[in-house]
Amino acid sequence: MKKKLSLLQKIEQAGLCGRGGSAYPTAKKWQLTKEFLKKANKGFIVVNAAEGEPGVKKDAYLLEKQTAEVINGVDLAFKFLGQNKIAKVYIYLSADYYQKYHLKLKKVLAAKQYAALNKKVIFFIKPHRLSYICGEETALLNIIEGKRIEPRPRPPFPGEKGLWKKPTLVNNVETFYSVSLIDKNDYNHERLYTLTGALKYRQVFSLPAEYSVEEILRATNNYPDFPFFVMTGGGVCGEILNENQLNAPVEGSGLLMVFDKEKTDLNKLLDYWLKFYEKESCGACTACREGTYRLRELFENKQVKAAMFQDLLDNLEDSSLCSLGSSLPQTVKSFFDNVYKK
Amino acid sequence: MLSIKINNRKYKVKPGQTILEVAQANNIKIPSLCHHPDVKTKASCRVCVVEIKGMNKLQTACSTVVKEGMDILTESPRVKKARNLNIELIFAAHIEKCGDCTIRYDCDLLKLARDYGIKITRFNDRKGKRKTFKFGNAVEIDGTQCIDCANCVAACHRQGIDFLRLEGSGVNQEIKPVRDQDHACIYCGQCTNVCPVASAQEQSEWPAVERDLKNPAKIMVAQFAPAVRVSLGDEFGLPYGANCTKKINTALKKLGFDYVFDINFGADITTLIEAEELLEKLKSNKKNKLPMFTSCCPAWVAYLEFYQPELLAHLTTARSPQIHNAGAIKSYFAQKHQINPKDLVVVSIVPCTAKKYEARRPELFYQKRPLVDHVLTVREFAFLLKKHNIDLKSLTGSETDALFNDGSGAAAIYGASGGVMESALRSAVCLGSVKDKTKKMSQNKLSAGRLEFKEVRGLKGIKEATVSVAGKRLKVAVVNGIRNFKRLSSKLNQYHYVEVMACPGGCLGGGGQPFPTTDYIRRKRLEGMYALDKSKNIRRAHENQKMLDYYSWVKENNLSDQLLHTSFPKKK
Repeated sequence: MKKKLSLLQKIEQAGLCGRGGSAYPTAKKWQLTKEFLKKANKGFIVVNAAEGEPGVKKDAYLLEKQTAEVINGVDLAFKFLGQNKIAKVYIYLSADYYQKYHLKLKKVLAAKQYAALNKKVIFFIKPHRLSYICGEETALLNIIEGKRIEPRPRPPFPGEKGLWKKPTLVNNVETFYSVSLIDKNDYNHERLYTLTGALKYRQVFSLPAEYSVEEILRATNNYPDFPFFVMTGGGVCGEILNENQLNAPVEGSGLLMVFDKEKTDLNKLLDYWLKFYEKESCGACTACREGTYRLRELFENKQVKAAMFQDLLDNLEDSSLCSLGSSLPQTVKSFFDNVYKK
Repeated sequence: MLSIKINNRKYKVKPGQTILEVAQANNIKIPSLCHHPDVKTKASCRVCVVEIKGMNKLQTACSTVVKEGMDILTESPRVKKARNLNIELIFAAHIEKCGDCTIRYDCDLLKLARDYGIKITRFNDRKGKRKTFKFGNAVEIDGTQCIDCANCVAACHRQGIDFLRLEGSGVNQEIKPVRDQDHACIYCGQCTNVCPVASAQEQSEWPAVERDLKNPAKIMVAQFAPAVRVSLGDEFGLPYGANCTKKINTALKKLGFDYVFDINFGADITTLIEAEELLEKLKSNKKNKLPMFTSCCPAWVAYLEFYQPELLAHLTTARSPQIHNAGAIKSYFAQKHQINPKDLVVVSIVPCTAKKYEARRPELFYQKRPLVDHVLTVREFAFLLKKHNIDLKSLTGSETDALFNDGSGAAAIYGASGGVMESALRSAVCLGSVKDKTKKMSQNKLSAGRLEFKEVRGLKGIKEATVSVAGKRLKVAVVNGIRNFKRLSSKLNQYHYVEVMACPGGCLGGGGQPFPTTDYIRRKRLEGMYALDKSKNIRRAHENQKMLDYYSWVKENNLSDQLLHTSFPKKK
């Protein structure tokens, strides 16, 4: 290892972070999982293509257009962790995505170079209901194990105790795709953005990861010529920014949604989010199960300005079990601060 | 050892512990609701949240393992705010029925509301229309009180029954029974023992007992089971496993019972019948009748009836101790005291919810009527005592009423897994060595042979032993916890005698026992029972003279079939 860098070093140097939403450093996750695998007799890989966040379409884009790179990324992880140690590789996706992409994926997997991987691949179709939480990395472990749809308390993280208590690497499709590019030295620090809403060009773009909202809108020839505000990150779990805040980067799962300020009914939007969270709450923890219900109740009783509304949001942020619960406050609070109260 | 800080004080702690365990060991109060040592941590109620410096979100103390250098705050403004709101939210999801609630004197939720000054009326109740599911006459789950912790589901799963399920999601989720061909409730009540808010609970019979106690026309008789004496003290601040036999006698009289008897006497009857039957079966050498199963655990009988009815014929014909004892009360005692049995109301105090179901089984009636009129769990009994301001701790002890007694040492261990087996073996070993069957039992020297069978004691899931009885090598097994029976069922024909107790630990871990029941407490109760056995002069059931007197009376009156034996035919 004098001049040639190992894959792990390359990933680390590239500064790649998980593209599923929570942006955990990929090199660290791989290394930790490998460490835990040393002490275990077997482990698993899960390719997370759940794409439960409303509006986000990048996983679909990759499965459609970059199938070979995605599979190559998975194969790299498979070899990195040790082919013999990995018992199964789950490709976890919706019924819709399965229908559309499984033949493509299988075709790539049929290549000789992926023979070992192909033997271990299992397509796992995620449940239709609770589509949002189904993409959460510990909830999906429960689902694959046939258990109730709900997240697990963390720690232990999946890298230590994942599927059937064995070390499990769970990464988003885009993360595997990026690893493949990194390995080939083709990675140029771009990520995928799903642009949607009141825009001319609503599609997935690959652009530099550090781009600001404004840069993305300009680069894609999408900058609106009407008053607007944006949602970044995810379609319900994101940050709301007004026109003066467009210097911020787009994080989370890379969504950028534009709202026409004059045509958008702000109360309806809030209503949509609150109902979405109430419906999607798995029910496991008090803060989210009861909190999302009471928030919607307060909203319907026109008590959005009550101190309790704020308290319930704070409580979700501070004491919910998983990131679904703590993401609602981010959305609603930034909406209030940056748009609703202005 | 790790060093951590809690509320700015340094502690040296063992690695592997959770923050909650460390706090409890150091008398730092962290409230919790859904946490139970028997249940896998789900960290769902969010009441035990703490602030850990360097972490964005609050963390639950029950699920977070201590790490070197952790700096923890348990009472910071953030913690207080989240904890109090979560308690308030839980309260809003629980429709209070405190007036008649058997856990009202020790309710964790009420304590939390009181301790932290929670406002409990800021939200509307949202579960008013939830159903109550009743299982037989033993157990119920009241959906209006449920706080969604799903401990009951975990307990049912731990039993290997999986009758309860959490269905739906979010605010619409609900605990529901799985009513299909593969699942049935066995009434063990383990769900009721882990529910923090008495949503899963026994079907109350204390109101009926209270009503009958006020009725001057009734002659009230109480009888209490072997495992009650070592657990009731928990409810009154006595040490775990403390033997309260004599205090219980007094407490029952104070409550208004006219007579108080001890089911340990009935246990001696059960032992004798069962030992005799075992010897009989060994002699007849009919392979198909072996192994013989114990039948004094009604949840085990219910299990067989539903899941493996083809094995019902293996159950001993001996009735259970509460039924034997009540049989002696309503026949022999009634005759000696010239009481019309119809005026007698027999109330059992038991560590069990399934005994409620057993008491209603027609197979165990006498003269077409139930022998036991009401069955109270230990929790219901403790509730009644507290409701009537009777403090068990401060009572002076007294004896059980004459005619019967408080049984042998063999009866004392009935409430521990392996206890029934050991009691029957003690008698079978002696009775099996008797040559002259024409002599009366008391005329033979029957104290010879092995007394203790330590192989069948303890909290292991399956315990096995080989013992010599009547010149034969007997292979016996004890199943501790119903889920373990499956492990045995493929090799049943290897055994001569099998004891099964549905609840972990046996009756000492019964569904009707006080909160909490944990492995530590099970062990303490177990020690209490074996200590009681050792302290007895008479440690074999068939040496209990008063029991033998009753036994002879039954034989003389040809009442064996009506009072001593039963059978559980296949249903349908």
